[in-house]
Amino acid sequence: MDLLYALVPLSLLLLGIAIAVFFWAVRNGQFDDMDSPAHRILFDDDPADDTSSAQQDKTPAEKP
Amino acid sequence: MTAHSAQERCFHCGEATTDGERWSTLIDGQRQPMCCPGCKAIAETIVASGLKDYYRHRTVLPEVTPAEFSNADIEARDTLLFYDSDALQKQFVARDGEFAEATFIIEGISCAACSWLIEHRMAQLPGIDKALLNLSSHRLFLRWKHAEINVSTLIEALLRLGYKATPFSATSQEQARHKENKVAIRRMALAGFGMMQIMMMSIPTYSDMSIAAEFFLRLAQMVLAVPVILYSGAPFFRAALRDLQARHLTMDVPVSLAIMLAFGASIWSTFNQGVEVYFSEICMFIFFLLVGRYFEMRARHRMSRAGNNLLTLLPNLALRVEGDHDVLIASTDIMVGDVLRVKPGQAIAADGVVIEGRSSVDEAALTGEYMPVSKKVGDTLIGGTMNVESPITMRVTATGADAQLSTIMRLLDRAQQAKPRAALIADRVASYFVMAVLLISLSVFLFWLQDGAEKAFFIALSVLVVTCPCALALATPTALTAATAAMRERGLLISKSHVLETLPQINRVVFDKTGTLTQGRLTLEQVIPLADKDEAELLALAAGLEKYSTHPIAKAFSSITPSRVEQPEQISGQGILGQWNGMTLRFGRADFAWHQPLSVPQGNGQWLLLAADNIGPLGWIQLNDSLRRSAATVVRGLQQRGIEVSLLTGDPGESGPLVAAQLGIRDVRSGMTPSDKLAAVQRWQNAGEKIMMVGDGINDVPVLAGADLSLAVNEASDLAKTNADTLLTNGQLEVLLQSLDTGVKTRRIITQNHIWAIGYNVLALPAAAAGLVEPWQAAIGMSLSSVLVVANAMRLLRTQTILPPENP
Repeated sequence: MDLLYALVPLSLLLLGIAIAVFFWAVRNGQFDDMDSPAHRILFDDDPADDTSSAQQDKTPAEKP
Repeated sequence: MTAHSAQERCFHCGEATTDGERWSTLIDGQRQPMCCPGCKAIAETIVASGLKDYYRHRTVLPEVTPAEFSNADIEARDTLLFYDSDALQKQFVARDGEFAEATFIIEGISCAACSWLIEHRMAQLPGIDKALLNLSSHRLFLRWKHAEINVSTLIEALLRLGYKATPFSATSQEQARHKENKVAIRRMALAGFGMMQIMMMSIPTYSDMSIAAEFFLRLAQMVLAVPVILYSGAPFFRAALRDLQARHLTMDVPVSLAIMLAFGASIWSTFNQGVEVYFSEICMFIFFLLVGRYFEMRARHRMSRAGNNLLTLLPNLALRVEGDHDVLIASTDIMVGDVLRVKPGQAIAADGVVIEGRSSVDEAALTGEYMPVSKKVGDTLIGGTMNVESPITMRVTATGADAQLSTIMRLLDRAQQAKPRAALIADRVASYFVMAVLLISLSVFLFWLQDGAEKAFFIALSVLVVTCPCALALATPTALTAATAAMRERGLLISKSHVLETLPQINRVVFDKTGTLTQGRLTLEQVIPLADKDEAELLALAAGLEKYSTHPIAKAFSSITPSRVEQPEQISGQGILGQWNGMTLRFGRADFAWHQPLSVPQGNGQWLLLAADNIGPLGWIQLNDSLRRSAATVVRGLQQRGIEVSLLTGDPGESGPLVAAQLGIRDVRSGMTPSDKLAAVQRWQNAGEKIMMVGDGINDVPVLAGADLSLAVNEASDLAKTNADTLLTNGQLEVLLQSLDTGVKTRRIITQNHIWAIGYNVLALPAAAAGLVEPWQAAIGMSLSSVLVVANAMRLLRTQTILPPENP
């Protein structure tokens, strides 16, 4: 039971860190947009499609 | 009516085209048809940027109509350079070392693939560090190296994809909303984390453990509960304090009281080896209440999103005439007495008087009238309206607070202050209930006092817990949430909490005419040929003339395949002329098109004459602002439900009474100014009526704010949308009838829930007061009661029919 006296403060400390991290995330705008990221993941680049496509439209793309 | 037969559709925008061969683009080795050079240009940009996957990803066709795009494209070229001027950039660009940051509002976003396209295209440009598009607010955040790329290049790149970008600077309101959102998330998170941790710590205390260990665990729980109560619970305490000062009992009062009493008792218990502590229950209580409020807040914010402020109507720049040349100035620097030049397609920067030129001005945003008003020397211009036809020079008469837009804003403030406070059922029931619970707890405490203060306190507290209005607290919000979701599915977005409770009390619905009962734009009604040409030929010729026009009349012809007409020329306020087969074609007012007087056919709306110089009059074309398909149904439905229907219109002409007669509305008033409308509604309210206002224009904004309940239609101006309680998202007025029924049904379900919740409490209370109820029995009973209430509310989610969107 004596372990409690060590573990409980430890859990409080961890919780404190978790909350601090969460607050930091909120302050940095991680929760500003709850809708777009859900869609963004669906449109991940698909390089396979580029190679299979016809060559005729290979107009030079602007490269940064 | 439509002249074209079934044929292929434009690969980019989906519009029907017969000219598919003329404009086409090679995509994936296939020649895809395009309807116009605008679409072709956009499609080629997309393909050249290697972003053709857009066509695979997209689920909705683009919003932009290409004809508009190609016009805007030409107009915008030189104005885009304005955005590079330092005076203007001060207003919306933030500098951060070598980087610059700005937010743009993007018009024309129709689905998630647009965000993919925009973000990827922007990322390809040189110097771009970050491009993030928010799909719900249609805002694009850009961060770029200002030495490497100009703002005008960025905006032009977007324009080339078919999206219009306007710089955005957050208003104080917007910033406040942003902050409110962040604080709400933090409060919720703290309560959630605290709740979980405290529960973990409370589990071991159910087993037998030493008094010292139990004390230690309870102490830890207490330490955790303090920040949750102080930070997450703060809104309840603040609201309770405010309500007590206003001598008004709301749910916040017992919530605060329960939190404080339970907390106080738990602290006492901790230090005196009491039977029970309630720290985890307190946190859970706070957490769930906050979750409910968070969702309500999000719905509210969604309504008033994205630069929906009036100021975006005003152009950021103006051309000031100084001597013999024009100087570009920021609109904030305009002074009374300045002489400004306004090009066609540009917004007018301040109130003023025309001193040179003649043109027509689109005042739809302010008055709701879709037809541009003709302006000549000496006529007044209103800031924020749009010059349509030809360049004019004006002298500024009012800016800032004195301008017309500001006047409407002031009227709006007044209306909001005078708005009758909706009496909420939940509030009323709650305040009686709160009173009863407090009194009963107090008498139970007094009764048990003879057995000792400690026992009396805990029995009184168990009464508070048993009656803890869990089911009662859920009764209203669950029903409201379910009803709100069901309405959203049908096409009605609810943004204010009182809407569903006010709906069943409405006994008069007031409509605006233009854009509300009617479609707010001209459509082709009828063609009467006068010579040997048939209807389709006449329409094709008219469409050929109107093809390059920016006038609203031209939009009526946009679906018709035009004949080839050369050198079209627009004569302000008169019509259009052009060359066709070696003849001069004229289309417009009768006296413009043909030199001899002709008798105009009977019928509403506008009759335009098409004539050729060598042949004579070819035919009449009738245009009218037609009624929405659902208008008649909704008026009849309202009257069947015993609700009065009125029509208040700013249009002084005869079309108000005509529309009213068509729809069977008896009470109609024409030529109303915004303040007239507000006064009329307030008179009805003083007579004890509950008014629902349905409108769209900025001129409706004060009355929308002043009515007991207001509805903005889907094409409404942004300001009207922000100030209305509800928004029609699919343009179908029938939804109004359904929502009235849902309102009645919601009230019935809330009543059922209250009867159940109170009934349960009435049964459980004596048992608890007698000290007979074990805590676990009370807990199970309460959960079952809550589940029942929630299940009952879910019945509202069952929707009957979802109507297809009305053709825009």
